[in-house]
Amino acid sequence: MNQQAVSKSAKSDTEQKVPFDIEKVRKDFPILDQEINGKPLIYLDNGASAQKPNAVIKAINDYYCQDNANVHRGAHTLGDRATAAFEGARERVREFINAASTKEIIWTSGTTEAINLVASGLTSTLKSGDEIIVSRIEHHANIVPWQMLAERTGATLKVIEINEAGELQEGAYEALLSEKTKVVAVTHVSNVLGTINPVKDMIEKAKSVGAITLIDGAQAVPHFMVDMQALDCDFYVFSSHKLFGPTGIGVLYGKESRLNALPPYQGGGEMIERVTFEKTTYNELPYKFEAGTPAISEAIGLAKAIDYFCQFDRADVEAHENSLMDYANSLVKTVPGMKVIGTAKNKVPVMSFMIEGLHPSDIGTLLDQQGIAIRTGNHCAMPLMDFYSLPGTARASFAFYNTKAEVETLFKGLEKIQRLFA
Amino acid sequence: MSNNEHSQFTENDFGGSINTDEILETFEFLDDWEDRYAFIIDLGKKLPTFPEEAKNEINLVHGCQSQVWLTHYLDQSTGKLHLLIDSDALIVRGLAAIVMASFNAKIPSEVLAVNIEAIFEKMDLIRHVSATRGNGLRSMVKKVQLIAQGIGS
Ligand SMILES: Cc1ncc(COP(=O)(O)O)c(C=O)c1O
Repeated sequence: MNQQAVSKSAKSDTEQKVPFDIEKVRKDFPILDQEINGKPLIYLDNGASAQKPNAVIKAINDYYCQDNANVHRGAHTLGDRATAAFEGARERVREFINAASTKEIIWTSGTTEAINLVASGLTSTLKSGDEIIVSRIEHHANIVPWQMLAERTGATLKVIEINEAGELQEGAYEALLSEKTKVVAVTHVSNVLGTINPVKDMIEKAKSVGAITLIDGAQAVPHFMVDMQALDCDFYVFSSHKLFGPTGIGVLYGKESRLNALPPYQGGGEMIERVTFEKTTYNELPYKFEAGTPAISEAIGLAKAIDYFCQFDRADVEAHENSLMDYANSLVKTVPGMKVIGTAKNKVPVMSFMIEGLHPSDIGTLLDQQGIAIRTGNHCAMPLMDFYSLPGTARASFAFYNTKAEVETLFKGLEKIQRLFA
Repeated sequence: MSNNEHSQFTENDFGGSINTDEILETFEFLDDWEDRYAFIIDLGKKLPTFPEEAKNEINLVHGCQSQVWLTHYLDQSTGKLHLLIDSDALIVRGLAAIVMASFNAKIPSEVLAVNIEAIFEKMDLIRHVSATRGNGLRSMVKKVQLIAQGIGS
């Protein structure tokens, strides 16, 4: 059965932008207005999962109150409305990342599943002696699926090493690239250090040896716009929940030709064209990779999150985020024994750090007492922790709804912890 | 092992003068989080030295964000179970001290009879931290109970 992809007219980027007013913006995120341990919540764990604006919560609520039905089944009005909204969301994502077609937008449960889908699909493409390149700063989600692929095929994993600042070593990638390289899978932005990798250049170089490229955009899309046609990568993946959308959904962008060359990931309903016991033929893109009933309300919620995100002038938002980072950097010296991990020239507003005499988990617990939420631990990046010989770090990751006052409170809190307990 | 080597297990006040009654009593008088955590962290500083060579995979307590090691020694002459716990995190060391105060230098049947939940209940802070996964408090308690069960059976 072939469904018609209904697309709602998406918001155009030329549309009038809303001025970025931080006080107004904060009011759009209901969760921020509460006290934790008697102190106003300061949420600085956006890298793990970002909060959701009212618009997203309302879109999901409205969907269940008004339109809920299964998609692509035809036959009744609710089903048509659900399908239109669901496919409209796909078009919204396509526009957001400037993909050439909605056929290239595959819904997955998140970044992790998207990478697994690609790695699994490449099993018959790779053979013994082939090489897969990743970097030292990958999240486990962009390491383990490739390790598993290597195990299945006899290929080897090659690692681009980093310098002390947390940037890929100059020339290290080029030294690894050869005609043996079949896959280059690197993160756009490090979740631990905030480092922005020069992926455009890396993709171009991968192409010169005919390697397939996958970029992990989980930490990039919440901070800046990405353009698939400009980047020209084969695959790009990200999660909705870090982009102010709901959990349970993510995006696999894949070039049409690359997606066509991959076998289906899971079998079931939706992904088939015709099933007989002798032979099954598969549905066309993007449905070939979407077995079973998809995450409908989540897709709609994600599209709303993108609308919300894109309504502001990007330059204003990025200037605000950079001012948070600069302010945080300027306050590091106020906390004796504090050391920042990850000082790349090009980074998003993320600060990993240690304080002498304190374990990251101590810092996390003692900040929580002051209403401040950060992440502590290895951040699903153990090879990176090994590089720095650290058991983990404390990490404050900022979003556009954070304020300079919050940054100041964070550092006052850190100074207090250091003074009382270290 | 010579008796000397066991002295690090037996020559400390945990389960003796450092006991849960005494801890709970002090804790009641502390009303801000700074004092409570300072108290917990200070308790951790009283822990007996954990031998470096015992910081191995076997003694590692799993399910903790920080590294936690736990080892034990059963004194055949008294039948008492002696524990040593250590961690690289200050607060977790403090929690380990509370676990030590609750279970150390008791015979296995006494260890299994300790109502640790009731103690956590009484300490507001512990109730708070014991609910969060990853600090290892639950894992430490579980490991001690398993050791006591293993000896008892
Ligand atoms: C860089 C990076 N890649 C992948 C992931 C995995 O994302 P998810 O858990 O949403 O699949 C994360 C999440 O922390 C991440 O930061």
